[in-house]
Amino acid sequence: MDVEIVDGSLHSGAPDGPIETQWDRHRFDMKLVNPANKRKYNVIVVGTGLAGGAAAATLAELGYNVQNFCIQDSPRRAHSVAAQGGINAAKNYPNDGDSVWRLFYDTVKGGDFRARESNVYRLAQCSVNIIDQCVAQGVPFAREYGGHLANRSFGGAQVSRTFYARGQTGQQLLLGAYGSLMRQVDAGRVKMFARREMLDLVVIDGHAKGIICRNLVTGKLERYVADAVVLATGGYSTAYFLSTNAVNSNATAAWRCHKRGAYFANPCFMQIHPTCIPLSGPSQSKLTLMSESLRNDGRIWVPKKKGDARPPADIPEDERDYFLERRYPAFGNLVPRDVASRAAKHACDEGFGVGATGLAVYLDFADAIERVGHENVKQKYGNLFDMYEEITSESPYERPMRIYPAPHYTMGGLWVDYNLQSTIPGLHVIGEANFSDHGANRLGASALMQGLADGYFVIPYTLGNYLAQTTPGEATTDDSAFNEAEANVRGTVDRLLAARGKKTPREFHWELGRLLWDNCGMSRTSDGLKDTGAKIRSLRDEFWENVHVAGSGEELNQHLEYAGRVADYFELGELIAIDAYHREESCGCHLRLDHQSAEGEAVRDDENFSHVAAWEHTGDLSKPRMHREKLEFENVHLAVRNYK
Amino acid sequence: MTDAENTRSYKLRIWRQPDATSSGRLVDYEISEVGADASFLEMLDQLNENLVKKGEQPVAFESDCREGICGACGVCIDGRPHGPVTHLTTCALRMREFKDGETIVVEPFRANAFPVVKDLIVDRGAFDRVIERGGYISVNAGSAPEANMLAIGKDTAESAMDSAACIGCGACVASCPNASASLFVGAKIRQMALLPQGQVERTGRALAMVQQMDAEGFGDCSNHGECEAACPKAISIENIATLRREYLRAAFRS
Ligand SMILES: Cc1cc2nc3c(=O)[nH]c(=O)nc-3n(C[C@H](O)[C@H](O)[C@H](O)COP(=O)(O)OP(=O)(O)OC[C@H]3O[C@@H](n4cnc5c(N)ncnc54)[C@H](O)[C@@H]3O)c2cc1C
Ligand code: FES
Repeated sequence: MDVEIVDGSLHSGAPDGPIETQWDRHRFDMKLVNPANKRKYNVIVVGTGLAGGAAAATLAELGYNVQNFCIQDSPRRAHSVAAQGGINAAKNYPNDGDSVWRLFYDTVKGGDFRARESNVYRLAQCSVNIIDQCVAQGVPFAREYGGHLANRSFGGAQVSRTFYARGQTGQQLLLGAYGSLMRQVDAGRVKMFARREMLDLVVIDGHAKGIICRNLVTGKLERYVADAVVLATGGYSTAYFLSTNAVNSNATAAWRCHKRGAYFANPCFMQIHPTCIPLSGPSQSKLTLMSESLRNDGRIWVPKKKGDARPPADIPEDERDYFLERRYPAFGNLVPRDVASRAAKHACDEGFGVGATGLAVYLDFADAIERVGHENVKQKYGNLFDMYEEITSESPYERPMRIYPAPHYTMGGLWVDYNLQSTIPGLHVIGEANFSDHGANRLGASALMQGLADGYFVIPYTLGNYLAQTTPGEATTDDSAFNEAEANVRGTVDRLLAARGKKTPREFHWELGRLLWDNCGMSRTSDGLKDTGAKIRSLRDEFWENVHVAGSGEELNQHLEYAGRVADYFELGELIAIDAYHREESCGCHLRLDHQSAEGEAVRDDENFSHVAAWEHTGDLSKPRMHREKLEFENVHLAVRNYK
Repeated sequence: MTDAENTRSYKLRIWRQPDATSSGRLVDYEISEVGADASFLEMLDQLNENLVKKGEQPVAFESDCREGICGACGVCIDGRPHGPVTHLTTCALRMREFKDGETIVVEPFRANAFPVVKDLIVDRGAFDRVIERGGYISVNAGSAPEANMLAIGKDTAESAMDSAACIGCGACVASCPNASASLFVGAKIRQMALLPQGQVERTGRALAMVQQMDAEGFGDCSNHGECEAACPKAISIENIATLRREYLRAAFRS
């Protein structure tokens, strides 16, 4: 599996000089669009989650004409709505030692030194403005008795910098952005296109100028033209079939952009979240996340005896292995996600797992209940406990929860420079869809922060810089590039409908998910990865011959929509495997069993792999070209992550 | 007992309607080997897999998060929006709530303002248009003051959060004999009216949102209280009292 490797072709474009003033200097250096001219520019924003919703609203506030797209029936339902835990910001309200610098440092280190320093520093800087903006919008964050904003520690952070609105932070932040967006719809500056799926990018003379959408109600293909395109279409965890993501989450838009020339960076960096409700049956469609905050008070354990089938209450204290507390005495149950997930998998692989499938560990609140009382635990976690009981019909007050890791977040995504522009000029990528800020592992409560930073505070400036250098209204939908892109989409739709085979897209997706989970999941091996690509390829060939898609293209057809997303996952899946194979080190979420210490901890190879692997589509899915962006660490010194 | 051992069969009567302009009808289906822990929507997924394999059209229904927060899902189950368990969305409802062999009738949310799009999918765009008229605080990115300049009492913040918890699913409308949207609109108006940030636009907001609500063809509220019972987030009917007060206050001032 040899691939061509290119060095020196990618430049972040971040300014030199002290990191603290980079963004200020860059903002000064960027070109501005004259206020009177802004209304002449049209911008397409695909996605209405925190990133897309915030970007569309803010660009419209500045005076641009925005066309905004989403798959759901309403922008308010974007997947961001499901985030529970909270959003980080370096406000230092608790006076406990936080600062922009510390948030920057924690994020670079948490990402296991595989993120770009300049972007992360800017993210930490913008974090403080986000909270101001959201409070002004009326987001009802939790407050202290004195009326000021409350914070909690989250995901193992040593300071309390997480803002939250009960267990519904994502929903409240999204409704804030949605409100701002609706205000611009009312003002006529945003035109909202719900129930549309972007199926191709239109590139004219090397610049992104439009998109092809399928109208999900009528089935008709539609053309939209603009002076620039902003992609905010979220992550691709659902490639693994079962994940914590919403069922309509997909990689389609990002993947089609990749095939038009946008490089895909670090596709194998996929976060597996440690605390999810385990799989219970074959009909299951997703895995439900139990908030990370539970690890603040819950203790994780398995029986010391393999295959011990006694009910948890009958297993005496000295026959339990609190494996996180044992292996990581300093952080205990609060180690970062990747470390916690791996330890749970390890326990289960060794035969210590619990529950009917043996693929679960206990998360136990008995001690917490004894320490602070039933009422206090209920106040803190009541809604999560109820949710768990609804799903499993077991009460966490009486019996420890059973949890297991699940695919949750993708750090990988389309490559972007400091301006969040992809390798296609005019195509900017924000939120989870880009690769930029979290390296090989994302810290809890940092995705919401990134989505809103990108949408409210970065793209309004950097897109302006691009637009200032283009003439508005140059492209039209009659351009031959539109004809070609539409024909391309139609070809795929027709091909899916024509196969009329024997297996459903869901059956194929399930098989693909198993391949990815087994080989590109929590622990990976060179041997396993070597032929994963080939296996995916042959399954993909079978898919195109033997898939059965119901109905026609000229109607509301959810089955067809789903089949198209699975088809793209088959292509992305192969790239995930290729990327994982070629990263011959362990870092963050990416644990290669052939690169670990004697104690089973990840071993990075900074000399050879301190880079972003950005893949170029060559026309041959099995032979992508790798472009390496070298990562320099001038401010946070390379160090081994140690949570012992 | 594992899911696989504890399976059930059901008779389903499901509303099928090819598109907005065609007429629809209830069609009978049978399904077996449904796991007790499966959600209601996973049961429909399973039915759809069976239908596709038989060369039939799958049933169209809406969902996304499948954990009770996005508000995309929602069907009437035996006449009740989101089914028999109070304060749960359709996606969070589990099949263990239904007896083996039971007949279950599945229909779309019914309301004039929510036309059927296909099968169990309705168009709730009216909700977006009501919010468009004022369900927000007008603040441009970049112009917000430092967040802690404004102290807001914990009780006030919590109370605003109670209203803000609405997921916009439309069960309140579907459960109301008059198909009124008062609970949905009231919840947003109350959230904003409670918060100091919401004061500046308070009057205009109440007038514009109520006007749009009427224009969309939602009915009047006559205090049946079905909406509160059907709401998966248990949004209190108190929000409707606030809506009335806020509207009167606004009408008086304008
Ligand atoms: C269960 C759960 C809990 C989480 N909790 C937290 C948390 O507590 N804190 C935190 O920081 N992060 C959390 N995360 C992560 C975080 O929620 C996401 O990373 C983030 O919300 C992504 O936002 P986004 O705007 O990039 O994309 P999304 O919110 O996923 O939005 C994607 C948008 O793109 C649209 N779209 C997609 N494809 C197309 C297409 N082809 N055509 C047209 N439109 C398209 C969709 O309709 C949608 O509007 C959580 C994630 C999950 C799954
Ligand atoms: S699918 Fe999101 S609330 Fe049911």
